[in-house]
Amino acid sequence: MKPQPAADKTSSRQLPTWLGWLSRSGQRPSHWLNWRDPQVRALVFQALFVVGVGALLADIVANTLANMESRGISTGFGFLSSEAGFGILQTLIPYSETSSFGRTFVVGLLNTLLVSVLGIALATLLGFVIGIARLSTNWLLARLASVYIEVFRNIPLLLQIFFWYFAVLQALPSPRDSLSLGEAVFLNLRGLYLPRPLPEAGFDWVMAALALGILASIALRVWSRRRQARTGQLFPLLPAALGLIVGLPTLVFVLAGAPLGWELPVLRGFNFRGGITMIPELAALLLALSIYTAAFIAEIVRAGIQSVDGGQTEAAEALGLRHGQILRLIVIPQALRVIIPPLTSQYLNLLKNSSLATAIGYPDLVNVFAGTTLNQTGQAVEVIAMTMAVYLTISLLISLFMNWYNARSALNAR
Amino acid sequence: MRAGHWVRRNLFSTPFNSALTLLILYGLYLALPPLINWAIINADWIGASREDCTSGGACWVFIGMRLNQFLYGFYPAEEQWRVNLGFSLLALLLVPLTIKGFRHKRPLALALVLGYPAIAYLLFHGGVPGLPLVQTHQWGGLMLTLVLAVVGIVLALPFGVLLALGRRSKMPIIRAGCITYIEIWRGVPLITVLFMASVMLPLFFPGEVTVDKLLRAMIGIVLFQSAYMAEVVRGGLQAIPKGQYEAAEALGLGYWRSMRLVILPQALRLVIPGIVNTFIALFKDTTLVLIIGLFDLLGIIQQAFTDPNWLGYAVEGYVFAALVYWIFCFGMSRYSQTLEQELNRGTSR
Repeated sequence: MKPQPAADKTSSRQLPTWLGWLSRSGQRPSHWLNWRDPQVRALVFQALFVVGVGALLADIVANTLANMESRGISTGFGFLSSEAGFGILQTLIPYSETSSFGRTFVVGLLNTLLVSVLGIALATLLGFVIGIARLSTNWLLARLASVYIEVFRNIPLLLQIFFWYFAVLQALPSPRDSLSLGEAVFLNLRGLYLPRPLPEAGFDWVMAALALGILASIALRVWSRRRQARTGQLFPLLPAALGLIVGLPTLVFVLAGAPLGWELPVLRGFNFRGGITMIPELAALLLALSIYTAAFIAEIVRAGIQSVDGGQTEAAEALGLRHGQILRLIVIPQALRVIIPPLTSQYLNLLKNSSLATAIGYPDLVNVFAGTTLNQTGQAVEVIAMTMAVYLTISLLISLFMNWYNARSALNAR
Repeated sequence: MRAGHWVRRNLFSTPFNSALTLLILYGLYLALPPLINWAIINADWIGASREDCTSGGACWVFIGMRLNQFLYGFYPAEEQWRVNLGFSLLALLLVPLTIKGFRHKRPLALALVLGYPAIAYLLFHGGVPGLPLVQTHQWGGLMLTLVLAVVGIVLALPFGVLLALGRRSKMPIIRAGCITYIEIWRGVPLITVLFMASVMLPLFFPGEVTVDKLLRAMIGIVLFQSAYMAEVVRGGLQAIPKGQYEAAEALGLGYWRSMRLVILPQALRLVIPGIVNTFIALFKDTTLVLIIGLFDLLGIIQQAFTDPNWLGYAVEGYVFAALVYWIFCFGMSRYSQTLEQELNRGTSR
């Protein structure tokens, strides 16, 4: 055998180890000047990439700084503590015109989160109902569900928001002639008015009972899982949990003498006072977001349920499981594996689409911060960067959580 | 009795289903006749002003009178043939691509991606001998919607391919760069991207360069869309069996040649339905440009019924816009479904 050439080890042009990580194959390049060596080429390409991107970014930064200086735009985040000087239609936390831009940011963020959370809940509910209806054996119902899907999926969301806001909600009667439901719920062109619950003394006990019920249900679930693993016996978990979470607080509520009052909205002058108000901007946005997203969720649910092999149902039937059990124990867990990843993207889409709020003036993050605040301060770079960072962070957090959940429930193939 | 059998099986199979069927029929009885009355029977079709809308139904006169503006925006009437010619040319190029068994798809697709945009720009914008200049702020309506969508997809595709290749590259710095790019643009709403393009982009360029408003919107859309396109293409690249990569290498093909000749043709073919779906999403998303002050189809309709002469015809405007968008999107989604079935037939044995 010929001795191995020792050039690599003794060469004066020997390369450091960390280059191996940067080169394509994980091996160290043999020679700096050998252009045919793929590792060398990988290093050169990456060096060019870094220089190119770096030069582009440096150019952009230099231009931006020069432009801002020539236009007299200040830099930095100092503006966040100065007075905003404008009002906001709906705030979840105390806010006035003397509040700072920093507070404006938080108000907008909370409004974005409010509409996203409500929208996700509504869209999931509606989407599951329609997805299941699409698979119904009732021909009429299945057809109706697919018409719903095809109609709402293929019309731009912004158009739907405009439609609900400008065409439907603006056509509602004035406060004086509101549509009402039992003198407690009122709907007019200023918004939807609901009674506000007022907890009285003793209501704390009801909340405590609710918390206890939830904790007991979790403990019960753990116990019943263990027992099933040990003995194979199923425990009627759902009725027991319902009894604990709904029954127990109700019992305490009755025993404590119904310690809950209601503040009803009342017409005073030109508008309603009291109660909970849902401004029309929120109502329109919520309607459009949930109806639009539900059409996509319905298709995801349908695909998920159809992906479960019919043989699974037959096998479960052969084992003597009842219809409800088959659905709960066999079909849904398997369908969820297919459903959850695309469902996550839909949740993210809904969150991002909530930014269309700005088109009808619902005070979400984009509207009050990237809109009004930017116009007042002119600090485009900081404002846009903060807005984008918020969405990016929430998006990444949701995907992280859903990926974790997905990995936990994924099929363990052997 | 075949029909009776069908009805019993599909509508009245169980007591629950029977009740459901009756409930739905009652609901349709309540909803459909008024709708048809409003949209067709009681509607006004002919006339020239809002005084001709007297019958209480929909006022389609409004749409008829404004149709030209809905289609072309403020494009000068005597130059509108250029728009028609441009889009006819596009249709002419696209049709053979959808025909099965047409031989020369690849050169045609290349002509579409590389040659067509330049020709279309010259046609629409003008400023060359024989074609008077039509500035972009005069563009609008459906024409602008289509321009934005086509430019978005045509430019996003090559960038998306490059990003997807970069994301699957073995070179860690390039891979990290591409992943960062893709995740950032996919994690933020298009509105913020458009805001960025409209207020920050002018700051990025040297002081003396002014960037047209439409061009800024286009840059925003392409930056955003190429990240989505990259993920679609990545799906296709991942679906190509490892043996194909190895075979290309065994033939002695370098990286670019093996991608160009072996991998990408197969991968792109696989993801055509995904590309069509991205295009549908983009088509719907173009409506957002109205927020930064461009008059696309939705924007120009929105503006039309705030005109004092036509105040109060919002519903008609929205129904018309919805119908136009729906026809485009539904048509494309059907096309992508057919494609998917055809591709499945080709690969399943």
